[in-house]
Amino acid sequence: MSGQVTIVTGRKNRGGGFVLSGVAWIVGILFVLPVLWMLLTSFHSEEDAAKNPPDIAAPLTLDGYRAFFDTGPWPSIANSLTASILSTALVILLAFPAAYALSIRPVKKWTDVMFFFLSTKMLPVVAGLLPIYLFAQSVGFLDNIWLLIILYTSMNLPIAVWMLRSFLSEVPVEILEAASVDGASLSRTLRSVVAPVVTPGIASVALICFIFSWNELLFARVLTGTVAQTAPVFLTGFVTSQGLFLAKVCAASIVVSLPVLIAGFAAQDKLVQGLSLGAVK
Amino acid sequence: MSVDAKPDTKTQSSRHAPPPGSEGAMMRRAGDWARRAPLMPALVFMIIVTQLPFVVTIIVSFMDWNAYYPDERGFAGIDNFRRVLTDSNTRHAIWVTVMLTAGVVLLSLVLGLLIALLLDRKFRGRGAVRTMMITPFLVVPVAAALLWKHALYNPTYGLFNGVLKWIFGDNAPQPDWISNQPLWSIIFALVWQWTPFMMLILLAGLQSRPLDVIEAAGIDGANQWEIFRYMTLPHLRQYLELSALLGSIYVVQNFDAVFTITSGGLGTANLPYTIYQTFYTAHDYGRASAAGVIVVIGTIIIATLALRSVSTLFREETGR
Repeated sequence: MSGQVTIVTGRKNRGGGFVLSGVAWIVGILFVLPVLWMLLTSFHSEEDAAKNPPDIAAPLTLDGYRAFFDTGPWPSIANSLTASILSTALVILLAFPAAYALSIRPVKKWTDVMFFFLSTKMLPVVAGLLPIYLFAQSVGFLDNIWLLIILYTSMNLPIAVWMLRSFLSEVPVEILEAASVDGASLSRTLRSVVAPVVTPGIASVALICFIFSWNELLFARVLTGTVAQTAPVFLTGFVTSQGLFLAKVCAASIVVSLPVLIAGFAAQDKLVQGLSLGAVK
Repeated sequence: MSVDAKPDTKTQSSRHAPPPGSEGAMMRRAGDWARRAPLMPALVFMIIVTQLPFVVTIIVSFMDWNAYYPDERGFAGIDNFRRVLTDSNTRHAIWVTVMLTAGVVLLSLVLGLLIALLLDRKFRGRGAVRTMMITPFLVVPVAAALLWKHALYNPTYGLFNGVLKWIFGDNAPQPDWISNQPLWSIIFALVWQWTPFMMLILLAGLQSRPLDVIEAAGIDGANQWEIFRYMTLPHLRQYLELSALLGSIYVVQNFDAVFTITSGGLGTANLPYTIYQTFYTAHDYGRASAAGVIVVIGTIIIATLALRSVSTLFREETGR
């Protein structure tokens, strides 16, 4: 590598810099290649998709997508949307006041509360699965989308509290003091002073919670059946058919990943902050 | 992008001051509860949904409870723990979990660091490369596992063997990747998904470096390696620790990839998969719970050790 070439940071360097840029491009392409391959295969016929060596220039067709939608994925996609959107709404509803009580008018020992939220993230999901299953079974709550909504809310609430707190602590205290001098009530302060400042933050928290809920498999797999099954569960039960199925599987994977790709690219700039629970900006 | 490290203790103490005009403990207590009120719904919700089930898990772990033999339900003492810890399957699952987590986290950390260093420079199309890099992380995990299993690893029509045929012609070797290297097959698929995660956090770390100091070091005659070794790396340390900790939390729990790529076969069943099977297929509730408790104890030990070193970032975040 051209590492010895003295590159003073911030200044462009012609020779070595050119090679490094090329390497960066190659690495980027290598990482995105499997996704592009999946996209291309999803538009091939099953016969062409199963060719070895692969036929890149094979004619494009929508047969894979048609075959996928013929298997009836819409109920599971609707379930995924319901679980992801409602749990995200519930998360924001619970996390926003909590983050307020942890930053703007902090309770005593608020750091302990923050670490309590963080610690629940470290509790392996699988350790709580059995009691939840038994409870749901005994009250007839199995295969019910509301069970997933509640669990996804608990899964994402710590992330949202940590993230929202880091956004809320950017709210200038002067504005708040001015509002309280003017005699604004708590809810009024929240609505008209705090909310506008943190709305972009709330949007990115929501997108990240949406992604995590949409992706979840273990809870959905164990706790749902035919009625409430989500899109990832539908995907896992997909490859049981005999014969060729590669194009169909690729089409299915693309369709199911599409909402996450859209949400993820939309939240790209805030992705780091969300993934690091607000510790890195 | 920067780590939050602004200490503003002054506003902190003024925020804690009792409400003006309060006389006596009653008023102060009322004020405390007014502060606590917005927090309570979230706190109560979390305790009920995450802590209560775990308490039940602990209780069940001391019980003899198999759904197939409902009459034999009763107190079992530490039998479940003894059976879990002496069972060769569980021991193997612990080993697999350690290998999988360490392999995925270390490999994606190193790759993520190299790529973050590449992306920290200004060059044409940097935004495009960054977007391409993020894409693997935004594929639904199950879909990613299906992609690797069927479209890439498959011995007869997967891309890897296709590329081998392109290069070496019809006589090219056509290995069965998953059967030959089941655990590495899972590790590589996960490294592909987790490298972007590491890269994003480390890139944020790189971009929060004090550039003027580094430039001054360059002018003073420090070479690239010295700058990296003595300035960049120490600065990145807390970011490396943070991404390793967060990556471990997620990868240790991985279920999707193991379930999809090998269904826990070929010796790749990790602890989450083993517990899932003990409870979902074998219906041995007592034993599954005991295994769950062991996983939690292990996680607590690792997380406490890791948190102690990584907590500087969070302490800076919370210490404002």
